[in-house]
Formats: sequence, structure tokens, C-alpha cells
Amino acid sequence: MSDYKISAKDVQVYYGDNHAIKDVNVDIEDKTVTAFIGPSGCGKSTFLRCLNRMNDTIDICRVQGNILLDGEDIYDPAVDPVQLRAKVGMVFQKPNPFPKSIYDNVAYGPKIHGLARNKAELDEIVEQSLRKAALWSEAKDRLHAPGTGLSGGQQQRLCIARAIATAPEVLLMDEPCSALDPIATAQVEELIDELRQSFSVVIVTHSMQQAARVSQKTAFFHLGNLVEFGETDKIFTNPEDPRTESYISGRIG
Amino acid sequence: MTDTPKFTSLKVQDPRTKKRNAAEKRFRAYGVVAIAIGALFLAALTFTILKSGLPAFTQYVMKLEVTLSQEQFDDAESQLLKTAVYRDIFVDNFSQQLDAQGVDVAYDAAALERMLGKVGGDIRAHYRENPNDIGEPTTFYLQLSSRVEGYFRGRVTRDTLVDSRFLEKADLDIADVLHDAGLMTGRFNWSFLTGKDSGVDNPGGAGIGASVIGSVFMMLVVLFLSLPIGVAASIYLEEFAPKNRFTDLVEVNISNLAAVPSIVFGILGLSVFIQFMHLPQSAPLVGGLVLTLMTLPTIIISTRASLKSVPPSIRDAALGIGASKMQSVTHHVLPLAMPGILTGTIIGLAQALGETAPLLLIGMVGFVAREFPEGVVSGFMDPNSAMPAQIYTWAARADVGFYEKAWGGIIVLLVFLLLMNAIAILLRKKFERRW
Repeated sequence: MSDYKISAKDVQVYYGDNHAIKDVNVDIEDKTVTAFIGPSGCGKSTFLRCLNRMNDTIDICRVQGNILLDGEDIYDPAVDPVQLRAKVGMVFQKPNPFPKSIYDNVAYGPKIHGLARNKAELDEIVEQSLRKAALWSEAKDRLHAPGTGLSGGQQQRLCIARAIATAPEVLLMDEPCSALDPIATAQVEELIDELRQSFSVVIVTHSMQQAARVSQKTAFFHLGNLVEFGETDKIFTNPEDPRTESYISGRIG
Repeated sequence: MTDTPKFTSLKVQDPRTKKRNAAEKRFRAYGVVAIAIGALFLAALTFTILKSGLPAFTQYVMKLEVTLSQEQFDDAESQLLKTAVYRDIFVDNFSQQLDAQGVDVAYDAAALERMLGKVGGDIRAHYRENPNDIGEPTTFYLQLSSRVEGYFRGRVTRDTLVDSRFLEKADLDIADVLHDAGLMTGRFNWSFLTGKDSGVDNPGGAGIGASVIGSVFMMLVVLFLSLPIGVAASIYLEEFAPKNRFTDLVEVNISNLAAVPSIVFGILGLSVFIQFMHLPQSAPLVGGLVLTLMTLPTIIISTRASLKSVPPSIRDAALGIGASKMQSVTHHVLPLAMPGILTGTIIGLAQALGETAPLLLIGMVGFVAREFPEGVVSGFMDPNSAMPAQIYTWAARADVGFYEKAWGGIIVLLVFLLLMNAIAILLRKKFERRW
């Protein structure tokens, strides 16, 4: 049993002939926010999607190496990716609520995983999830209105509520604020900090300020390599690798 | 300092702008002209169809009240030439009615027979089937012969009519008098909508009802086979199948099948379903199977297109919270694709409904000797016709009376197509969701 929630060892990802991720080793701690930063196309999103096997849906994508969740290899043939994804939830770059009511959006995960035995329990899960996602006060009077009718920031918080309703152990967030305005971004960031109490969060972001604000650990990716990984404070104030320094000071990327 | 740019007024168009604006104007004009031409053709088509087809929905009849006593019935039934007796009874009643109305016209039994056909048989059949009417005054509506009907519709004139055993010029004078007296009138032809095909010399009695039933049965077969098979195939190909040479080949061949002429499916159906599997000829089941083969590619192509149009983010969202592939498809993708699938299916069905060539090859031109209610019971295996095949049969017959029946059949067919398209639009509206 490893001390880390997730630990990736020598991970290689290929898209057809393209070697997208090279020799990545990362250990992600429980109840911590880990940020992946790096220029566009550096592979941080690709790596994130390896952590709950969302890359399985892409035919030409191949993953090598070991990714351990609580010491178990998630790419083991015996692992069902569907069970894995219930443990490792995901929030996407663009808010993608189902074209259903707010309630149905949040209730969908608990329903398919059988987390609620009756309507009252389901109501409770929906309320708790929406509260955790800081959407309850705005949504409680319109639970049966379509989720797509919310504003962009509200939609993204709805997607977060939907992801945490299944009680995941890890939450992956792929640039969750890139489509949001600064106010909505601030709300989501605050939310991420609170979510850290319950589980480990991995966030991919283009904004270095955001990484600095929300994360405790930061990984810098460049051209498919993990250049540097460590305490966020150290990465931003005293990076070891010259490439990291160039990126955070705005000279490359 | 650089040269100050020369002042040009925005109010004056430069040559390039003028040229571009002119091009845009021309392009719009082409569009308007194209639409106008299309509308013109549509109007001409509608006008022609209605003008030629509406007469099929009316029929000219001789209205006559007949009273037959029990003694007359028993007497007639005991004779050797029964229908001749009934004809004489008819002529008696006819002359009484003329006297009562003060109509003065010279006629003989032969002239009546030329105009009305063998009325004795009709009257006898009525009383044998409805013995309660014996002794009561009964109103008969007797179908006029196709030539007299043609005369009232303007198709036959005194100039074009050649005296023959079918009709003489003198008969037209009688017909005029009877028409003025209100004894010969036009009325709505229900039997065209409910009836079966008639013999080649009796266009007046031909109806499209039996073939409507044939078409409905075929459409049921097509719907219940092609919708599930087509949707299942599309979902597998679109969502589950690995993308490799084999699935590419399957994909190309589905597109090819959609372009295969329908007569090819007809001869395939003939050899496979009838000659090899020994299913009955002319049966709606076989017609439905052939049309299913034809409709499947259409449904698969439109279903795949609507599955493709569901944004991938919805699939990701479902997978991201731990839904299985199957759950993401059935809970999210399929409902969103539903309007497209239903529209495609109904368009496919509408195509199948109007298809003629394959039906001719499998003999879906059965002459059904059944009236409306029994035809429904007879079901999928009994010989029947279908609307387009029936229309084709009528159009190929010699008697011009069938020509207007063919046009009338086309009106019925078009009404069904319009109904199906209306259903498609309604379903689309009902299932459409925005995000």
C-alpha cells in the first residue's frame, strides 16, 4: 500500500505514432490540490485523462507504464473503467450539463451507482452536492428547470456538483475555469479549496495565478515531459529547472 | 512624415465595392428565380393532380325508389331467368316514377341496360341480402356505365361517341332528361375509398381501399423490422464498433445500398423470399420485407447522422461520472438523437410507401375480391395490392375511366404522404431539446 492516493510510474502515452507523454512519474497525495501547468499541447490534459482512463474512448491512444490508485494498477485488465470512474470523477473544460433538469443532472450519478435507496436519500444527496458546489442557494427554487438554462459559471458548478454526487475519492478538473468570467472563476476556486477537505483534487490550468492560488503541489509539463514537480510555493518562487523558470516568468509557452 | 492618405468619401462606392454588391444582388436574384420556378412547377402539378383526380371521388348514379312485394320476390325467385324478371320490375318502377314526376321521355329496356348495366342482378342481390326490405320502398343508387359517366364529366360528347352496343347517341338524350329530372345525379364516391379493384370493364366500381390496407400492412412490417434493426445497427457502428478496415467496408456498402435502384431489391425479394423461402406471392409480408431491405440504409444513414450530431461532451460527461458506455448511449445520446432518428425513419417509410417497381416484381398487384372490413382481417399473408402498384395497374388499363381512378389514387397516396410528414414534424417538435 503506497502512501499516495495516486502514483504514476514511467507513464508513456502514444497517439498513433506520436509519443505524447514521456516517462512521467507523479505522486498525488490525498486531500491535496495538485495543479498541472504547462504550455498548450504539452500533454497535461492527456495525462489527466489517463488517471480515470477517459483516454480509452480514443481508439488510437495507447498508455504504458503504471498508474496506481491506492496501490492498485488502474490499467490492470481486471479493472473495469466504469468502476474506476465512479471513484475518480471528472469535470471538463467546457460546462457540459445534460439537457435535463438541475435535479436530474445531479441525481444521475447516484442513480446509476445505486447510492440512494429511496427518493428522500436521493434528495439529500442532491442537496448536499449542490451545497458543496455552492449552487444550492441559486438552484433550490428551480431544481426542475433545465440545467442548460443556467449561466456559464453556474453550469460549471452544476457539473462539479454532478461529479461530487457520486462520492468520488479523486476529482479531476480539466481547465474548469477557462470558459468562465473572473467572478465565476473565483467562486469555483473557492469551491476547489473546500473540496480539498473531502478528497484529492487534480486540476489542469493555463493560468499560473490560479495554480498558485489553489494548489499545494504543482507539476510543470513541457513537450510531453514532466519537467518539475513539487510544492507549489517552491515551483513558483525557486524553480530548479531553467525551463520552469522561463515558463512562469512568461518567456516561453 | 509620410504622405497623408487621399480623402475618400464613404458615401461614394469604389469600383470593387460596386462589383461585389452587384454580384451579391445577382446571386440573390438567381435564388428568387429558382424558388419561383419551383413554386410554379409545384402549383402546376397540384392543379393537374386535383383536376384529373377529383372526379374519381364522385360517382354518377341513378336514384330510384323500388317497392318489391313478397309475392313478386317469390315469383321472381321461382322463374328460370331470375334477373330478367327483376329487370322488368325495375323498368316498371322506373316508368311509374317518371309518370309521377311528369317526365316525358321515350326509352326502352335495352337503352336502360346500356346506361346502367345489368340492373336486374344488382336488385336481386340486394333483396337476397336484405330480405327485410321486401315490401318496403327501397332507394337504389345504381352505378352508371363509364360512358354515361364520361358524358356527364365532359369526356364523352355526341361528336366523339360512336353508336355501339355499349352506348348510342340517342341514349344521351335520355340521360339529359333524367339528369334534369334529378334521377341521375353525382354524389361522393365512398366505394372508391373503401372498395377493391374491379374488373377491366368496370372502372366505376374500382376502389383503392383494399390496396390502402395492403400498404398499411406493408408499412407495419417495414416499421417493426427496419426501425429496431436500423437503430441497433447504427448505434453499434457509431458508438461501439472499432474503426478498422472491416467497419469502413460496411460503412461504404451501406451508402452504396442506399443508392441501389429499387427494382434490384424487387428481384432480390422475388428470388429469396418467394422462390427460395416459398413465402406466398403478392403478400404484404413479402412486400414489407423487400421494402425493409430498401429502407434500412436510409434509416441507418440518418440515425448515424443524428447520433454524430450529439455533442461528444455529453458522452464525456456521462462517462466521467462512471456511466457505462451503454448507459451513456441509452440515457443521453439516444434521447438527444431521437428527433433525427424518427424523422429519418418516417422519411424512409414515406419513400417505401410510394415505391412501385419492387412490388411489381413480387406480384403485389393481386386482384383482391374482398371488401373493406374483411380485407383487414385477411392480414399479412393474403394476396393484396398496394397503393402505388394499384395506381400503376389502373394507369395501364384501356378504359379511360381508369385514368381518373389512377389520378384519384395518387391524391389518396399524397394525402398519406402528407400525413406521415406531418407526423414527422410533430415528433420532431415534441422530442427536440435545446442545450
